[in-house]
Amino acid sequence: MATNSGQVPGWASIAAGRCRQETAGVEHDAGPDVTALAAELRAALAPDRVRTEGVELGLYGRDASVMTGAAAVVCFPLTTDEVARAVRVARRHGRPFVARGSGTGLAGGAVPVGDPVVIVTTKMDRVLEVDPVDRVAWVEPGVINLDLTRALARHGLHFAPDPSSQQACTIGGNVANNSGGPHCLAYGVTSAHVLALEVVLPDGSVTLLGGLDPEPAGLDLRGVFVGSEGTLGIATRIAVRLTPDPPAVATLLLDFDSVDDAAETVSGIIAGGLLPAALEMMDRRITQAAEEFVHAGYPTDAAAVLLVELDGLPAGVEAGVEQVRAVGQAHGARSVRVAADDAERALLWKGRKSAFGAVARLAPNYYLHDTVVPRTRLCEVLTQVYAIAERHDLVVMNVFHAGDGNLHPLLLFDAREPGVMGRVHAAGEEIVQVSLDAGGVLSGEHGIGLEKRDLMPLLFGPDDLDAQARLREAFDPDGVANPTKILPAGSRCGDLQSVPEGVWV
Amino acid sequence: MSSATTGAVDAFAAEVGPPDAGPVAAVGGRTQWAAGGRVAPAAREVRAPAGIVAVEAADMTVRVRAGTTVTELDTALAEVGQTVALPAWDGATVGGVLAVGHSGLRRLGWGPVRDVLLEARVVSADGRVVKAGGPTVKNVSGYDLCRLLVGSLGTLAFTAEVVLRTRPLPPAERWLAGDADPFALVERLYRPAAVLWDGTTTWVLLDGHPDDVAAQSALAGLADVDGPPPLPGPHRWSLRPSELRALGASPDVGPGRFVAEVGVGVVHAERPAPPRPVQRHVVELHRRIKAVFDPSGRLNPGRDPLAATAEEAA
Repeated sequence: MATNSGQVPGWASIAAGRCRQETAGVEHDAGPDVTALAAELRAALAPDRVRTEGVELGLYGRDASVMTGAAAVVCFPLTTDEVARAVRVARRHGRPFVARGSGTGLAGGAVPVGDPVVIVTTKMDRVLEVDPVDRVAWVEPGVINLDLTRALARHGLHFAPDPSSQQACTIGGNVANNSGGPHCLAYGVTSAHVLALEVVLPDGSVTLLGGLDPEPAGLDLRGVFVGSEGTLGIATRIAVRLTPDPPAVATLLLDFDSVDDAAETVSGIIAGGLLPAALEMMDRRITQAAEEFVHAGYPTDAAAVLLVELDGLPAGVEAGVEQVRAVGQAHGARSVRVAADDAERALLWKGRKSAFGAVARLAPNYYLHDTVVPRTRLCEVLTQVYAIAERHDLVVMNVFHAGDGNLHPLLLFDAREPGVMGRVHAAGEEIVQVSLDAGGVLSGEHGIGLEKRDLMPLLFGPDDLDAQARLREAFDPDGVANPTKILPAGSRCGDLQSVPEGVWV
Repeated sequence: MSSATTGAVDAFAAEVGPPDAGPVAAVGGRTQWAAGGRVAPAAREVRAPAGIVAVEAADMTVRVRAGTTVTELDTALAEVGQTVALPAWDGATVGGVLAVGHSGLRRLGWGPVRDVLLEARVVSADGRVVKAGGPTVKNVSGYDLCRLLVGSLGTLAFTAEVVLRTRPLPPAERWLAGDADPFALVERLYRPAAVLWDGTTTWVLLDGHPDDVAAQSALAGLADVDGPPPLPGPHRWSLRPSELRALGASPDVGPGRFVAEVGVGVVHAERPAPPRPVQRHVVELHRRIKAVFDPSGRLNPGRDPLAATAEEAA
């Protein structure tokens, strides 16, 4: 849950702008420790790629979440070796380090805590190798998600994860967050598309996790690294699996008089054994906002619309279209529009992908949530989400990955209104709780970061959290890689006694 | 609430027992018993509970106890038109195939075993029940311990109960075989379920809508056959897909008689694969992970996920 989708200016960049106004021209009071640290980093990298000015520290003190931290130094390595050197310098100075891509993360995973060295990977942005035969590409972590897919187009291949922030987010960030996107319904999230990783471990050593063969020897260290939010090390080269472009694609828009009917249609499609490439839902408010913004021809009087995409071989796609049409009509779909060509397809998607930008026109601020519920429980959980927002006198919009039960309620508000943040947070926690009560989980694609760290005990018991803490300890015994993220204090059973009052364990 | 477990899972935890209960070996169907080395004879054998807890057909997930055979699970799922992307070797258990992590012949179409596991309830080395992952098809809540379990050979914890992702059974499927370049076929066909090659003959499994299967069959230009060839064994190689081309070239130094999964890289072979190089830091991470999860080494002693590897010189 957090503001902004990364595609559009939102809180983060607005705040960064404010920060710039306040600090422009002011040299950050680094102190002797930081001066020595920065000097050593400059020697290890290059003078112009190590920054300690207030402007930079302000910019890199936050990501696209609502939280703010403070970096001691920000550096911009160009190579694996430079990343390793930066990690070792940080350690010599007793500092933690935080890796960062474009900063589009919504859960505060890249917010620097503990005066760390922030290691920004955006200058490591080369596609190193594309192997269309083995369908794998080696990329540096700073490559932008959409740039990779564009670079692959001539091979008839693409990188399947397509988060809403794909114009801005990096592959390294996708690895850190195990990112999703609309088309992950059929193709799987980032973890299913990463074969191997070259990483700098928290002790500064460099190694390779996973491999390009199907059954690499040993434990699946690649698999635990993906989604670890920078707490197990920094990925410096990534071997991504490439997916062949489908020969046939059909995109449908169904509209309904009630949200329940749309949700029942989603459940009916999945229960019928059909696995669409994407299955997205938008409620009335977000549909109206998106329509005003991009004029995709969305029906603005519908209570909800479904955007369904089917892909594969032509006969299967055609049968799928008829099946979706039948399920929709059985649940009261008012109309079923099938995009006639690529232009119409693109237009239908443009509305969905611009939804967060459209919202920025309606309210100064929004808080975006991210939970997952079993797909059979969508209808009842959505009903509760609307009731929660109403109870807290907040406007909620729903635009989400319905096919995999991944809810994204948007709470709209004006932060200048006294007391509103309290209501926003209270509503957010209730939304998390009703999702968990329905058998769901804390996050589907945004991650835990700082935002949901202290909610982890709602999903996991002490022994469960202890096991996660053990894994982290094996990679990072000194706790220097992105500390304080993911796990609440006291997760390791051994340090239960140090848990302060009021912390959930 | 979150760690609430069924009676069968708790009973299994009690059977594994506390750290002073000595070495234990988890036994499934013994279909891949040699994987990762022989388990120490002194280890007390325990078996995970069996039984399907809940088929959530409309969610396309299933909760099943680890001692259940994949065949039994597939039979139950077939009643709702679904299956699970695990190899259904005769007698193999869900817990066993997850512990070993080896995929079946449909990996090209269905993906690796590791992507099937959504949630696991495991028994830790100190006899506690621990939950990893979550029951939904999408989940990034904390560390992905499920990935660590698949292929860990029961050396970190014993799996008691899991939630798996299911898939729709394909409406049609067809095995073909003949004399064709398998590497060209992998390129030309759209997402075949399997392409096999023994150096001479190529087999293809197509699945999907009947009309698509018919069209792809015509494109393949091969004859219908009953099924895949018998697989040579007992060895299993893992190669980068493009390395398979060289397999038939020098039979004396290669895998001997083989069937290769083209586009995947798994080779079913008569001869053992050469030891695979593993980097020093990877070996060290394995040592540390084992040390935090099973400090006394009581779980499946003798088994090693890094068996048949050679540490690279620094």
